[in-house]
Amino acid sequence: MSDLTKKSLTEIVSLIKKKEIKSEEVTNLFIKNIKNDKKLNSFITNCNDNAVKKAKNFDKNPKLDTLLPGIPIAVKDLFCTKGVKTTAGSKMLNNFIPNYESTITKNLWNEGAFLLGKLNCDEYAMGSSNETSFFGNVMNPVAENTVPGGSSGGSASALTANLTPTTIGTDTGGSIRQPASFTGTVGLKPTYGLCSRWGIVAFASSLDQAGPMTKTVEDCALMLEAMAGFDEKDSTSINKKKENYSKNLTNNIKGLKIGIPKEYRVDGMPKEIDKLWENGKKILKESGAEIIDISLPNTKYALPTYYIVAPAEASSNLARYDGVKYGFRSNKGTNLIEMYENTRSEGFGDEVKRRILIGTYVLSSGYYDAYYIKAQKVRQLIKNDFDESFKKVDAILTPSTPSTAFKIGEKKNDPISMYLNDIFTVPVNLAGIPAISIPAGTDNNNYPLGLQLIGKTLDEQKLLNIAFAAEKKINFKQNLNRWWEK
Amino acid sequence: MTKEKEKYLIDGEKGKWEVVIGLEVHAQISSNSKLFSGSSTKFGAEPNTQVSLVDSAFPGMLPVINEFCVQQAIKTGLGLNAKINSYSVFDRKNYFYADLPQGYQISQYKNPIVGEGKITLDLPNGTKTIGIERLHLEQDAGKSIHDLDPSNTYVDLNRSGVALMEIVSKPDLSSPDEVNAYIKKLRSIMRYLGTCDGNMQEGSLRADVNVSVRKEGNKELGTRCEIKNVNSIKFMQMAIIYEAQRQVELLEAGKSIDQETRLFDTKKNETRSMRSKEDAHDYRYFPDPDLLPLNLNKELIENIKKNLPELPDQKKERFIKDYSLTVYEANVLVSEKEISDYFEEVVKTSDIKLSKNWIMGDLFASLNEKNISISQSLVTAKKMAQLVDAISSGIVSGRTAKEVFEIMIESGEEPNKIIESKGLQQKSDPKELEKIIEKILSDNKDKVEQYKSGKDKLFGFFVGQVMKISSGKANPQLVNQILKDKLKK
Repeated sequence: MSDLTKKSLTEIVSLIKKKEIKSEEVTNLFIKNIKNDKKLNSFITNCNDNAVKKAKNFDKNPKLDTLLPGIPIAVKDLFCTKGVKTTAGSKMLNNFIPNYESTITKNLWNEGAFLLGKLNCDEYAMGSSNETSFFGNVMNPVAENTVPGGSSGGSASALTANLTPTTIGTDTGGSIRQPASFTGTVGLKPTYGLCSRWGIVAFASSLDQAGPMTKTVEDCALMLEAMAGFDEKDSTSINKKKENYSKNLTNNIKGLKIGIPKEYRVDGMPKEIDKLWENGKKILKESGAEIIDISLPNTKYALPTYYIVAPAEASSNLARYDGVKYGFRSNKGTNLIEMYENTRSEGFGDEVKRRILIGTYVLSSGYYDAYYIKAQKVRQLIKNDFDESFKKVDAILTPSTPSTAFKIGEKKNDPISMYLNDIFTVPVNLAGIPAISIPAGTDNNNYPLGLQLIGKTLDEQKLLNIAFAAEKKINFKQNLNRWWEK
Repeated sequence: MTKEKEKYLIDGEKGKWEVVIGLEVHAQISSNSKLFSGSSTKFGAEPNTQVSLVDSAFPGMLPVINEFCVQQAIKTGLGLNAKINSYSVFDRKNYFYADLPQGYQISQYKNPIVGEGKITLDLPNGTKTIGIERLHLEQDAGKSIHDLDPSNTYVDLNRSGVALMEIVSKPDLSSPDEVNAYIKKLRSIMRYLGTCDGNMQEGSLRADVNVSVRKEGNKELGTRCEIKNVNSIKFMQMAIIYEAQRQVELLEAGKSIDQETRLFDTKKNETRSMRSKEDAHDYRYFPDPDLLPLNLNKELIENIKKNLPELPDQKKERFIKDYSLTVYEANVLVSEKEISDYFEEVVKTSDIKLSKNWIMGDLFASLNEKNISISQSLVTAKKMAQLVDAISSGIVSGRTAKEVFEIMIESGEEPNKIIESKGLQQKSDPKELEKIIEKILSDNKDKVEQYKSGKDKLFGFFVGQVMKISSGKANPQLVNQILKDKLKK
């Protein structure tokens, strides 16, 4: 079973449940891949020895009636993990070891999984290319020197390169879906409040949402089932019954109505993307769905709105990193103010500083109404657009991103062009609704491209079903030469 | 005419000035746990022993509202005759300080939980109503300790996250005495409600004092200064007197007042500038995205309303009606719930007038002298009632009772036991008294003659003689009666 690491999570779970393979073997195979990786830089922290120990423990007394029995999982380094360094991709937390476990990772461990390592990401999840990480940029397994997307770039890269059978990321403006699109994998941003935020290093509290990143839609359903659930420690968590997404997964989508928003056809979008979008419509039609043209008129305001709301919240959320209590503290300065200034100047990278400055500016007196309040109003309009559309359709089909993976350094000094990457994903976060990106094909360079399906609040099951149906017909195949092992 | 006299005015060089005062009182909510975490709020614990991951703002930690604190705020709002807002919002007030772990304080800015209300003050010349602007919930910060080390500041986060109510008055107060009455009344209401213990030594009650002055009779408000974080009524009064005088002097010298934040130096008895309006913090308030808006349902509010205890104003009315107290007496007796409870327990069994006089007289004097509260006194309500009963049933005279009381306040012994062991019972046996009186009359025949011929004053002499022989234990009423009878014959 040398290529077991290529298998889907669902297949591996099934092999373990059938006792055809042991957790330790699975774990060692992934660790072998991790050790062979010389260039991706997708891991910040390895937990190889501990993972093997956990695997052995599992094998001694295998508990098989769980969702993720004996599965090693590497997670984005934004999830606090007890006793394991949690950096958020920042120098500021380079020495931070939490003594608590995030609710989401705890949920995974309760379902039989254990930690394989902590994955690289943009600093405090701020970025679309994984180039803002203090721990260096991550490469996309698809091609050398291309970015994996961000901010969950390490997660997408590690998953694609078979360094972890599945992973989790967080999505504030597209940080799960865009890297999924760039790497030919599946990424789901759940309804805001479906997955607890407790123990996840916060970026923008009203937008942050954890979600699964997987090789298949089936895996995605399984992972969401393990992650989701009410958490009384998160006041924005939705109190609802758990759903069996994987058990109820079906490709029967007959009669469902799929909306195509005209506003998502943007200038300068590569032809291939248009082609894939057309292909997506065709496939869903063949599966029995009805295609309906819709309009989301406020879409064009989503990006500017996002870049007011998210930095505003971030500027406040990141105030706690001041060198007083934990994390990095500069040894320069002779008083409190100087200590703050030096700590935050040395501890944060440029993109984080940029967003703190934007956020501080839009919240400051005299500008608050013109920016923050206005952005909140537009946010409501964007949400209303979706609400209106969902009176007519069950889901909305769009491209996930306006381009495929780009070269490292290509957009690093052009923040606007970098921000434009999230143009199709941010409206979903602003509206708090779920969306999934699935691989839909490749461009001329053979770089993957994703399609995004957007659903109603808490309508994850339907989204997964549509994605499941589309996935079967698209039949996307990764074609990787594993250059990073050379 | 008299009204003019009551007014608190500052005599300036160029005329009389009125003082306008508004208070922002920070009252710590009586609650076992903090506003957004389960940490204990007990006073006096070792530094940093009552701190959760939320209080110290660890990455990924989220606040969860303590519903009990919300109920306490509603209760207080109802006690202040205020509007309870069914919709309120928690905002973040952003600023950097070492004892503020989050880098922001969670407070309520545009939408507080409680709106306008009022407090009635009982002043020497009648009542005055002070408007309440609002009451909102917020977290306390930690404590920076600068004097433990010459070059370092220590931070204690035990207080970080403790629930506070900020109660903002309208600028309706116009003298240090009114401020005294206002704080005492507010404190009394909250103590009746059990929503704040009002303990100023422990920092449960502090205030920011806004002071401005204006020429007498002027209706416009002057520019105000805010004196931050004053923690006793005495200091509030001192700060107001100093600050008002300072402002009058500035204005009379033709200068203007800078709107600024000032600190009161208790040692030097002066206020000084902390930061000017230009340097005022921009707190960048915005709704806390970690918390949903607070939506209170009507039943909850109604339920709290139904279960409100009797408040000082209602109790005062009832005391006046039921016990025939004067307004002054009622005010004194309801000022503290403990005192009113004490009074009611005593009069349940004992004579009202005697009880009232003993509590407001000897008992209060002893509390003052010992500087203790009524609940700390060894003379419990039960023992006080026993003493009052002993007087009204003639077992001891008022004078002997004072002797008994002196022993009670030191030892806490029951009055009946003291009376018995010391043999302090009055002689109330008419036959025994008759014998004594007959002897006195026959020993002082000349005086009897003088009395009978019109020298009424000698009656006191005979009473004195009886008391002398009986060592003061003769029942004075009986003595009077028997003496009168005998002297008639």
